[in-house]
Amino acid sequence: MIAIATAGKVDGEAVAWIEGCLATEIGDDTERISPVPDPGYAYDASRGQYSSTLVLHDALARLPANASKLLVITERDIFIPMLSFVYGQAQLDGPVAVLSLARLRQEFYGLPPNRALLLVRARKEALHEMGHTYGITHCGDTGCVMSLSTNIEQLDAKGSGYCDDCTTLLREASGTQKSAARSEAHSGGSR
Amino acid sequence: MKKHWEVLVVDDEPVMRESLAAWLAEDGYSVDTAESGREAIAKAAVKDYAIYFVDLKMPPGIDGIETMMEVRRLHPDASVIIMTAYATVDTAITAMKEGAQEYIVKPCNPEEISLLVGRIIKVKNLQRENLILRKKLTKHYSFHDIVSKNPRMVEIFELIKDVASLKSTVLIQGASGTGKELVARAIHFSGDRAARPFVAVSCAALAESLLESELFGHERGAFTGAVERKRGKFELAEGGTLFLDEIGDISAKLQVDLLRVLQERTFFRVGGNEELRVDVRVIAATRVNLEEAVAAGSFRDDLFYRLNVITIQLPALRERREDIPLLARSFVERLAHELGKEAGEISEGAMRLLVDNEWPGNVRELENAVERALVTSKGHVLDEDDFAFLRRDGGRGNGWSPPDNLSLDEIEKQVIVATLNRTRGNVKEAAAALGIDRSTLYDRMKRYGMNRVNV
Repeated sequence: MIAIATAGKVDGEAVAWIEGCLATEIGDDTERISPVPDPGYAYDASRGQYSSTLVLHDALARLPANASKLLVITERDIFIPMLSFVYGQAQLDGPVAVLSLARLRQEFYGLPPNRALLLVRARKEALHEMGHTYGITHCGDTGCVMSLSTNIEQLDAKGSGYCDDCTTLLREASGTQKSAARSEAHSGGSR
Repeated sequence: MKKHWEVLVVDDEPVMRESLAAWLAEDGYSVDTAESGREAIAKAAVKDYAIYFVDLKMPPGIDGIETMMEVRRLHPDASVIIMTAYATVDTAITAMKEGAQEYIVKPCNPEEISLLVGRIIKVKNLQRENLILRKKLTKHYSFHDIVSKNPRMVEIFELIKDVASLKSTVLIQGASGTGKELVARAIHFSGDRAARPFVAVSCAALAESLLESELFGHERGAFTGAVERKRGKFELAEGGTLFLDEIGDISAKLQVDLLRVLQERTFFRVGGNEELRVDVRVIAATRVNLEEAVAAGSFRDDLFYRLNVITIQLPALRERREDIPLLARSFVERLAHELGKEAGEISEGAMRLLVDNEWPGNVRELENAVERALVTSKGHVLDEDDFAFLRRDGGRGNGWSPPDNLSLDEIEKQVIVATLNRTRGNVKEAAAALGIDRSTLYDRMKRYGMNRVNV
């Protein structure tokens, strides 16, 4: 099961849309869980941004026992120290990912709001970060949602679904992880 | 292609280190981390990473620049990206001067770092592809350690295959350094005798009596110092091949003895009465024209005809200039490995210099030149400066002029004396410096009445 949690005040319609996209594309159950704390603890005053690495660390401790993955969605502008910003961050082949809607909004670039565009971008970024949690690295096919986007133009230009190769990798990884979770449940293990 | 490349992130701040490592891992690189310069150097000592991201300020101990210098000492090809949050022109200049491939200021735009890494990896992929293609090319043009695409040499390869399994004597003619022994080995190892011994003797290196004993062995007490029976090279080569280098230099008496072995397949040890029978294939080589020696009366015609059943005439290197790039690169790869250096490139200008050189010492001289350049080169690419000695030593069309009133023999003698003095009588070193083999040098020393101590 993929758990979805908000961190701070987040656009509810966008969260519901992302939940639907994940259920359809990844083919696993999704579940909205209680919000995680607003990432004020991850605020870096010198940058005016929030550390996505600290949000991920916090999310790890909040992974529900019945979930294989947890996606945290925030409106905060997030970063890793080396880079000026990130749209999201995930643990490669791990259970948690964080996604920021801040830079997916046209308003961030001084442009009029565009709801449809926000939702398309949110879908792409959510599928991309969740793909990383299944161990998939960046794809060379620019039509694939797993291709790297380092700016908003690249994000808009890439496709909104997984390519055939990444779909196969995702199916294999989610199948393996599901059966591992099942055997763990049968043996009485817990996270 | 990314999955082949390993990256090392060196930073004392855990969040910085882990987040960059995670970001690069998402991009498909295999990422390792180190929290200090010391740890990075220890990791680099056991593994060569494609890219090193090194933080400039890392207290305490070794800073980023020192880490980079040590990494580049271990791996001259390493691409080091220096990262800093405190950018100044001075630190950037220092980093680049010391060999940093890039210098980036934290935080940087994701696009910037993605392009930077992509650019480095693209070059690395091209270098790797180039290396693979070059190896394939060398393999394609190789025949038992002889590298050539020259049509005459390719014909010789075919001839070697044809004669390899015959028992006939082969005579290899060619100037010093053209690879006569390599051809002899190729014949031996291509044929039915490959599993049996290949024994090489340089006839020019030994005095007549010593050579006789060397070839045929001696009985105990045959001469002063013969304290026990010794088997000669003919016996040691039983079932295999005996390679007689510089056959043109053997004495008249030895020519008779050798003729007898070739005709009868039998011989006597020096001081012995027992006739010994051997099954040995003889391959002889000479740098002098034996037909002329026969005409001049210094070489027996019957021995010449015995030896000259199959003749292979090796071209001088200047007659197969198209092989020079292939040979030079294959020497760089092999010698760099032997010298414990990383195999680098040869610049276009340096290659032009090599191709244009006259190479009187042929392939051996080229090999020596590559070795000398590799030893003294400081950079990864061997450039014209690394081969500047070729111009000094006498390349084609240089301005050198010989001293007045000296014969060619006198000049040669003086050059040999000077070289032997420089090497303190070390014949091996002197021969290498002169681009000739030891046996040729011994021959010249004999001709000019020198020995190691009186030069």
